[in-house]
Amino acid sequence: MYLSTTRAGAAAPATPTTGPGRGRVPGTVLALGMVSFVTDISAEMVTAVLPMYLMYGIGLGYLQLGLLDGLYTGASALLRLGGGYVADRFSRAKAVAVTGYGLSALTKLALPLAGTSMAGIGLAVGVDRAGKGIRTAPRDALITLSTPADGLGRAFGVHRTMDTAGALLGPIVAFGLLAAVLGGYDLVFGASFGFAVIGVLILVFFVRRPAPVSGARRGTLRAGLTALARPRLRRTCFAAGLLGLVTVGDMFLYLAIQQRIGLAPTVLPLLPLGTAVTFMLAATPAGRLADRVGRWRLFLGGHVLLLGGYLVLVGPFGGWPAALAVLGLHGLFYAATDGVLMALAGQLVPAEVRATGLAVVQTVQAVARAGGAVLFGIMAQLTAPTTAFGFLAAALCVAIAVAAPLGARGRDR
Amino acid sequence: MRTPRGRVLLGGTLIGMVLALMAGYVVWRGAGGDAGARAGNLDLHRTGTLLHVKAGGGVVQSTMDGTWLGAGPHCVRAYAAGGTLACLRGLGRRFSAELEVYGSGGHSELTLPLWGIPSRVRVSASGNLVGWTVFREGDSYLANGAYSTTAGIYDLRSGAHYGSLEDFQPLLDGSPYRRQDVNYWGVTFAEDDRTFYATMSSAGSTWLMRGDLATRTLTALRRNVECPSLSPDGTRIAYKKRNGQRWRLHVLDLATGADTALAEPDHVDDQPAWLDPHTIAYTKPGPAVFAVPADGGGAPRRLTAGASPSPVR
Repeated sequence: MYLSTTRAGAAAPATPTTGPGRGRVPGTVLALGMVSFVTDISAEMVTAVLPMYLMYGIGLGYLQLGLLDGLYTGASALLRLGGGYVADRFSRAKAVAVTGYGLSALTKLALPLAGTSMAGIGLAVGVDRAGKGIRTAPRDALITLSTPADGLGRAFGVHRTMDTAGALLGPIVAFGLLAAVLGGYDLVFGASFGFAVIGVLILVFFVRRPAPVSGARRGTLRAGLTALARPRLRRTCFAAGLLGLVTVGDMFLYLAIQQRIGLAPTVLPLLPLGTAVTFMLAATPAGRLADRVGRWRLFLGGHVLLLGGYLVLVGPFGGWPAALAVLGLHGLFYAATDGVLMALAGQLVPAEVRATGLAVVQTVQAVARAGGAVLFGIMAQLTAPTTAFGFLAAALCVAIAVAAPLGARGRDR
Repeated sequence: MRTPRGRVLLGGTLIGMVLALMAGYVVWRGAGGDAGARAGNLDLHRTGTLLHVKAGGGVVQSTMDGTWLGAGPHCVRAYAAGGTLACLRGLGRRFSAELEVYGSGGHSELTLPLWGIPSRVRVSASGNLVGWTVFREGDSYLANGAYSTTAGIYDLRSGAHYGSLEDFQPLLDGSPYRRQDVNYWGVTFAEDDRTFYATMSSAGSTWLMRGDLATRTLTALRRNVECPSLSPDGTRIAYKKRNGQRWRLHVLDLATGADTALAEPDHVDDQPAWLDPHTIAYTKPGPAVFAVPADGGGAPRRLTAGASPSPVR
């Protein structure tokens, strides 16, 4: 089904001016969505079984896994900027994206080969994160470069829907394989590698390279800095950073939901599903809505929904309905902000420095969120988690009020 | 550059090939998964050899100097004695496990579904009794009360299934012990196929318990003895002794009460196994199998990579 849609789209010229009109999402975007879909199946398969594999195989604790994860998140932020810049400098967003996806695919083979060596596993996970860092901004740049400006919100919405669908399917595939074949960890890694390779093949064969920017207008460092100095992009970065700082980390939120409602710790792994399913279902309609009412407005609106979630959490509500309400609002928050921010930023950055610009926005947001998580952790430690969420809700309120006027001037086209 | 049609054709073909390879691999491994129903080419009567579990979960058999002899089913923990191989494995889903017991012919004789994470498994010297432990909750038993275990025993002669030692009557200082927070783990069997030893924990303490399958009682013998392992002659118990957050390997003489620290200086979280009357084998992170003299002298030496050592005697 997807392939035939992709084929029809891939044959169409992929330049924004002559691309498909309002009615359809460009084939290149659907192809990129398929790439993310299979790549996320691949990645989440491994993520789902890795703790078990490492615990039985090596006796590694969750704490060490967490530390490993934190270490590489920082490194990948830097690589994201590098990947974005290289993509622009040589006008090769697709080639950089292929490199990023390819690196991650190779680590799916490296993990079982690393066996029990902690250094080997650390290296494999590191390369995987590097690949993710490198590919994200060029991929989002490809989406913007092949979509007419008035359909950006929906294009990102469709992409995020497919991306999340893959992430949801991954663990199901992994546990299905493990249930079918006892101890089939090698099977999980093998299948994960297969899906990753398919992702790279779709990217190589079904994603059209955007028309190259002429040599004189290639994204030099100076062009990038000039673009970043544009007031609207600067304000958007500032707003994304400010709001990111008062957005609590997902794990804190799930813990808070579990503890406030007194759910068994064993249901904790299920809670992210609530967010992910909502995100998946709502991403496309939210993107479409963003194109209609304005991306900035929806981005802010998403944060208002998140604020609603915090209030439900600290309010006098309890039981599953409250938990579902928070998870639903959290998922809607992602749907209204994740792809929408990229669609918003995409039109603020000139095409020749698109990947760099998107990488900067993503990095600012990621670093702010990481900082916010640390601050929140300290606050929750010093007070009670409920108090911390109360503070956070107030801070988010202020941040929304501060950010709101920043995007008001010069409405989206 | 290729025409779009050529690209689509080539790309589609390559993707189809990858999918076919993946499907073939799944089918091939699925058929090979049948090996789970047999003990592979392990020789459960070849004395003087060592069974252990490789990282990823396959049981392998080798000589003491590391020569590879054969491979068997997938297990997280395995132990063999008297021609019986007991294999404890997780089933992929959280807290879902099973115990599979293979007889001399290598055929599966028993499969018991268990609810928990595989922890310990033992077989009596005759091969008649199998004992196991699974974690029920939590990941850490360093933190008191943050874990829960279930230990059970199966008698292959009668088919008697002692699903949980919590159904036995514990006796402390001669009188019945009635607290609800008891946990049992780390079963080890005596020669008579009736007496066994295990760890009981309750109220922040651990005890070495001597169990009796006939009377269904457990008698507390001594405090602070965990994961006991009875010597082949039945006179000594190798175990891990808690000192704060660390465990050191010790050997206890059951007759005299003499307690000897072994030459392994590191923290060890494993139920030790007797390689011979003078040597203890155990797992250290890596994972790797080590051996150390049972008399407290000498030094630990690394035998092989892997876990869950089980000598074939």
